[in-house]
Amino acid sequence: MSQSSNSATRAEVCAVACAEVFRDNGEILASAFGTIPSIGLRLARHTFSPDLMLTDGESSFVKGTWPVGSPADGVVEAWSPFRNVFDVVWSGKRHIIMIPVQIDRFGNVNISALGDHEKPSVQLVGVRGAPGNTVYHPTSYWAASHSPRTFVPKVDMVAGAGTDSAAKAGTGASRHHDLRKVVTNLAVLDFAPDSGAMRLVSVHPGVSIDDVREATGFELEVDGDVPETRLPTDEELALIRDVIDPRGLRNKEVPNE
Amino acid sequence: MTEAEVVGRLRSGMTIGIGGWASRRKPMSLVREILRSDLKDLTVVAYGGPEVGLLCAAGKVRKVVFGFVTLDSIPLDPHFRAARQSGSIEVAEYDEGMLQWGLQAAATRLPFLPTRGGLGTLVMDTNPSLRTIADPYGSGDELVAMPAIPLDAALIHMNRADAAGNAQFLGPDPYFDELFAMAAEQTFVSCEKIVPTEQLTAEHHPVTVAIRRLYVDGVVEAPNGAHFTSCVPDYGTDESFQREYAAAAKSPEAWTNFVDTYLSGDEASYQQAVAARETEEKSA
Repeated sequence: MSQSSNSATRAEVCAVACAEVFRDNGEILASAFGTIPSIGLRLARHTFSPDLMLTDGESSFVKGTWPVGSPADGVVEAWSPFRNVFDVVWSGKRHIIMIPVQIDRFGNVNISALGDHEKPSVQLVGVRGAPGNTVYHPTSYWAASHSPRTFVPKVDMVAGAGTDSAAKAGTGASRHHDLRKVVTNLAVLDFAPDSGAMRLVSVHPGVSIDDVREATGFELEVDGDVPETRLPTDEELALIRDVIDPRGLRNKEVPNE
Repeated sequence: MTEAEVVGRLRSGMTIGIGGWASRRKPMSLVREILRSDLKDLTVVAYGGPEVGLLCAAGKVRKVVFGFVTLDSIPLDPHFRAARQSGSIEVAEYDEGMLQWGLQAAATRLPFLPTRGGLGTLVMDTNPSLRTIADPYGSGDELVAMPAIPLDAALIHMNRADAAGNAQFLGPDPYFDELFAMAAEQTFVSCEKIVPTEQLTAEHHPVTVAIRRLYVDGVVEAPNGAHFTSCVPDYGTDESFQREYAAAAKSPEAWTNFVDTYLSGDEASYQQAVAARETEEKSA
């Protein structure tokens, strides 16, 4: 595959970074919230991770590569009602990209409520599957707008367990706890194995390390030289533009700089 | 049975489980009957959709036991949100799988079931009665002992049922309705159509008859009874009505207007108002 001569937009770089989250994951259920993560997992399955299983967003696993924002179009390969999705979660054969409203240095995330939980200033959707996801199977995060409002020193309500919280809760929580990556509109991050703290992995083309630091409301780990996030190949760009997102929904989630 | 007969079997202060999922296959005609009743102080257990918002807005709810409340295409139910932000209701917020586990425990007469879900999160702190338990087989893992969530009553809506209470889903997902039924002292099923038993499996695999009459105390025929949530394949979510419902949270006047238009009469008048609205929409 040839490297693109680089007409890739920021949204396309992000989509490929989300696809990379699923590289070498083997035969698992890949799930995602958000347009760009959804593009990423379809791209991953279509190219370098063909064993991934994907849902149609309802109750079936479907094989195929269809556009985001359109109904699934492909071969139904299994039935998977919500009951089964929970079973898969607890079996560990899943990797999800979730969208935190708040995330802290150790990857604790909040999607439940802002302010005091008894009387929140803003009620959000609820903890949903975050508590289970984070202690049962690999979990990654996507933030379309990397800012100190999202990347906070302390989240109001821990809905998904971070590295420190899981360690503190003991092996019941930490045995299968596996936070993988945080992909944002500026960078790719992970969690340093020693400290469990968020660490810069790569910056997107046109973004500096200082840009990421300024957009982050806590201290980031930065070890040595930080590379640029890889660019999409020509084949990947063609897939994104012509097959997976022909309507350009990705540009609404991450506008081009 | 009728909706009124079902609600006649419920009492204030009861814990009521409501089947379906978000804005899908909710027993809305039964919920509307509760809105018309003098029931209050209810504890509602649900994978929550607009039934939670409606019951909160009507002041029927003391506590909600939930993992989420969403309308699918509208991420947050504004009436539930208002109740939370005013501090007028209590909550027990669980992971989606913990909620399933609590129902499973109640359904199988266990005091609790172990899970990892919830460990390391504020689910443990916001539910201070939650306890952990050490693996008795020596792994060293300390696990959540998810308590059973026994229900005084469960309300569910299905596509078809026979008069005895065997009930069938024809859409893609049975959700957790059978668990709600098994976890409850009494279960009432509303359905689009009551059919002879032999018709349930004449065209569909028996696996679609997910609710067994063993767990059902009464059946209500309620065509369009899940409106404005979906009851696929009979009908989808009425998105335009749902938007009107959500928008009515904007002011007390808008909400009064919504209640006057749709909720002040009986179920037949609700369905007439919905039909009239549809006609108006088509001619617009």
